[in-house]
Amino acid sequence: MSSRILEGKICLVTGTNRGIGKAIVERYAEEGAVVYANARTESSLDEWAVACSEKYTTTVIPIYFDITDASACKAAIMKIKSDHGRIDVLVNNAGMVTYEMLPMIDFDKLRTMFEINVIAMIQLVQLASRVMSRQKSGSIINMSSIVGVQGVKGQLGYSATKGAVISLTKSAAKELIEHNIRVNAIAPGMVGTDRFTEVFEKSFKDKITNIGIGRLASPTEIADVCVFLGSDLSTYVTGQIIGVDGSTSF
Amino acid sequence: MSILEKYNSVFATVFNVSETILNDDFSSTSVDNWDSITQLSLVTAIEDIFDIMLDTEDILNFKSYGIGKEIVTKYGINF
Repeated sequence: MSSRILEGKICLVTGTNRGIGKAIVERYAEEGAVVYANARTESSLDEWAVACSEKYTTTVIPIYFDITDASACKAAIMKIKSDHGRIDVLVNNAGMVTYEMLPMIDFDKLRTMFEINVIAMIQLVQLASRVMSRQKSGSIINMSSIVGVQGVKGQLGYSATKGAVISLTKSAAKELIEHNIRVNAIAPGMVGTDRFTEVFEKSFKDKITNIGIGRLASPTEIADVCVFLGSDLSTYVTGQIIGVDGSTSF
Repeated sequence: MSILEKYNSVFATVFNVSETILNDDFSSTSVDNWDSITQLSLVTAIEDIFDIMLDTEDILNFKSYGIGKEIVTKYGINF
């Protein structure tokens, strides 16, 4: 019997070309899941997906679509359903981040961010849950942020989108539990992705004192919680916002 | 089972009626228990039997036996 806790589970992870999304795919593959890894740019994940599949003796399948394109989202969900007849886990990881003080908010950028971080997420929750409701099981994991929970100076727009992720997660959990679909969110603190580390070194180095544990999280530490929420170790957990922040406060 | 037989069988099961009473006037305005919950059950069953996934606007517009046929046809199911 396999000891891998996601063995055979059919999973879709969005925004996987780098950072947390990439780490989630690798941890899911390591735990035996069949992973559909999403990115926008055609072919960008091909080599890595093959390497992951070989390394972890499972299947990582790149699936290229823009999450703000409703038809493309539907086609992706239909493809997974047609390949496997089911979707066990959806990880809504793709997102956009901005850093700007209130007077500097660019409203076009803000609308785009809501489109990516909130509207597209609702769209995917809707589509995936239609498949999951047939199989009477499923786990949906939405990526929020500590700033959606606590708020933060200089990221009003981003924190508003991540606050919306929290409320949509709680509502979806209430609506979908009758189909045995669990919906949870993860609220990471500061994560040492390549993208954030660069920003951190440049602008936020003094914020290290806000982190109780005294260091940035590694993407894998966020992915580990995604493994738990996607697995049958969390079958009674739904509607929760799980902070993975090393005791950070702003 | 023909396409029409499949389509009718879904309606008969969801609304618990005989297939003989089904016609284009069988709709949300003429059928007492055709509410939003029944409509979702109907759409789910239609999607399952024909292996299609309706767009949200088609789910919302699926308000009668006749309109349903037109909608399903858009997804390559020909009666």
